[in-house]
Amino acid sequence: MTNYFKLIVLGLITLFAMIAANYARDAAYMVHAIIIMLVAGGLFLWTLRNTDEPEPPAVLQTSYLDGVIRYGVIATALWGIVGFLVGTFIAFQLAYPALNFEWADGFANFGRLRPLHTSAVIFAFGGNALIATSFYVVQRTSAARLWGGNLAWFVFWGYQLFIVLAATGYLFGSTQSKEYAEPEWHVDLWLTVVWLAYLTVFMGTIIKRKEPHIYVANWFYLAFIITVAMLHVFNNLSIPVSIFGSKSVQVFSGVQDAMTQWWYGHNAVGFFLTAGFLGMMYYFVPKQAGRPVYSYKLSIIHFWALIFLYIWAGPHHLHYTALPDWAATLGMVFSIVLWMPSWGGMINGLMTLSGAWDKLRTDPVLRMLVLSLGFYGMSTFEGPMMSIRAVNSLSHYTDWTIGHVHSGALGWNGMITFGALYFLVPKLWNRERLYSLSLVSWHFWLATIGIVLYAASMWVTGIMEGLMWREVDANGFLVNAFADTVAAKFPMYVVRALGGVMFLSGALIMVYNLWMTVKRSPAVEATVAASHATPAE
Amino acid sequence: METYSLLRQFADSWMLLALFVFFAGVILWVFRPGAKKTYDDTADIPFRHEDKPAEDKEARK
Repeated sequence: MTNYFKLIVLGLITLFAMIAANYARDAAYMVHAIIIMLVAGGLFLWTLRNTDEPEPPAVLQTSYLDGVIRYGVIATALWGIVGFLVGTFIAFQLAYPALNFEWADGFANFGRLRPLHTSAVIFAFGGNALIATSFYVVQRTSAARLWGGNLAWFVFWGYQLFIVLAATGYLFGSTQSKEYAEPEWHVDLWLTVVWLAYLTVFMGTIIKRKEPHIYVANWFYLAFIITVAMLHVFNNLSIPVSIFGSKSVQVFSGVQDAMTQWWYGHNAVGFFLTAGFLGMMYYFVPKQAGRPVYSYKLSIIHFWALIFLYIWAGPHHLHYTALPDWAATLGMVFSIVLWMPSWGGMINGLMTLSGAWDKLRTDPVLRMLVLSLGFYGMSTFEGPMMSIRAVNSLSHYTDWTIGHVHSGALGWNGMITFGALYFLVPKLWNRERLYSLSLVSWHFWLATIGIVLYAASMWVTGIMEGLMWREVDANGFLVNAFADTVAAKFPMYVVRALGGVMFLSGALIMVYNLWMTVKRSPAVEATVAASHATPAE
Repeated sequence: METYSLLRQFADSWMLLALFVFFAGVILWVFRPGAKKTYDDTADIPFRHEDKPAEDKEARK
């Protein structure tokens, strides 16, 4: 019966998408209407073919819903490669502007590819990693199957549709020019629907849990989901110019808009890339080390301190702007205080290994997780330092910022996600072990050296650039033209791009290794059965 | 009083106090007597039920 309802809704969406494609006022909107038309039309046919078929047997509550997590793992690896590849390409574009090909102008020049890169790595790679691991962790730590049946599948596919709409939008020039929140109003609305579905699946599972307590990883995941929902809605309050066009007008204007944007922007870092990934940390580090977290008390204080402080840190992005000084100072002070819970969390993660440090010698996956904590500590020290007004006057608008973001994103988010993928694939595909540990070591070293090259070259070029910009001669005239700094940065840009190549190669090795794990590694039951069948000799 | 001033006054007096008291309360709560036993059990959660959900009868209460 519900299928008839679904057919009506899908049919109406398909029809509306057809009309929208016809009346579309810009190319990006037309492409989006066609994509939605194809997706809704395809789902219509698929639902139609399954209507009035015999009901599939009711799902047993005695197993975990892992199919959607397997898809999530594949999507994470796939989008990771796409995001790193685009990032490496635009790094070369900055070093060699000739790579902004004339024939691809307006689609594949730096300005169009840059938001594609940031969104692909943060939302496609990081977001899929967060959704997949949160579904894995919440089931295991609640001892309950995911709530909501196929709603988890809706979350997964709905999120992929959001990624495709966002990515095609950037290439065709649909953007509201807010960093990390570029998608226009129609894509934002779709993400809101998907995100609320995600929240209900996660909350539903926690509510029906069999464990009396909510494990700390779930607190972090839940804070991430709720806060991102709130940030997304407030930062995207806008009125579309036409229902048949991408363009929308922000409700806030001027400095209020800037403050809302960086309240969103810094908490995208604080809750998406930190709280969510700390949820991963609190599950996968103890699991891989085989020991419970060092101090559960510290983890609770870590949680409340982190979420109470992070939400205020945004104004440090707006030093020396129209924002009142008191607001910028407030953001700066909270950013510096934030150093403490960040390091508390890092110490809690690292000390989980006490008594198991020897495993670092034999287990490259654990080594990866530990390195990610190291980079977390480093970038959460660097961040507060850069938020100080005096330091910011040198570092802001330079490549130092880009270096800081990448030591956090590649080092902390990237490495902990790789560690989680290496942990999850053998478990999810029922394999005894990974295909090759020496390939994990190759990945580890390629990625580490790649990040070091990236961060070091960006420190050098960023500080050099900042000093060149502020250099004045005896009469108070600026010594350097902007073009002088661009010319001086060339060697560091090449080093940075090479770092990107190394990081990308490591990720490709990981994909090969995970693929071979699924294809070649012995299955768990098979070996158990074989060992029983072996006759005594 | 216009809305901005009203909210501003509320935010840096009662709301600030409420948030601070809540935060201090969390820290005191964490160090309450007998907490260690509960937290040792909670910290052990990742090492149970890895392969399938808990049966209703073995659910821990």
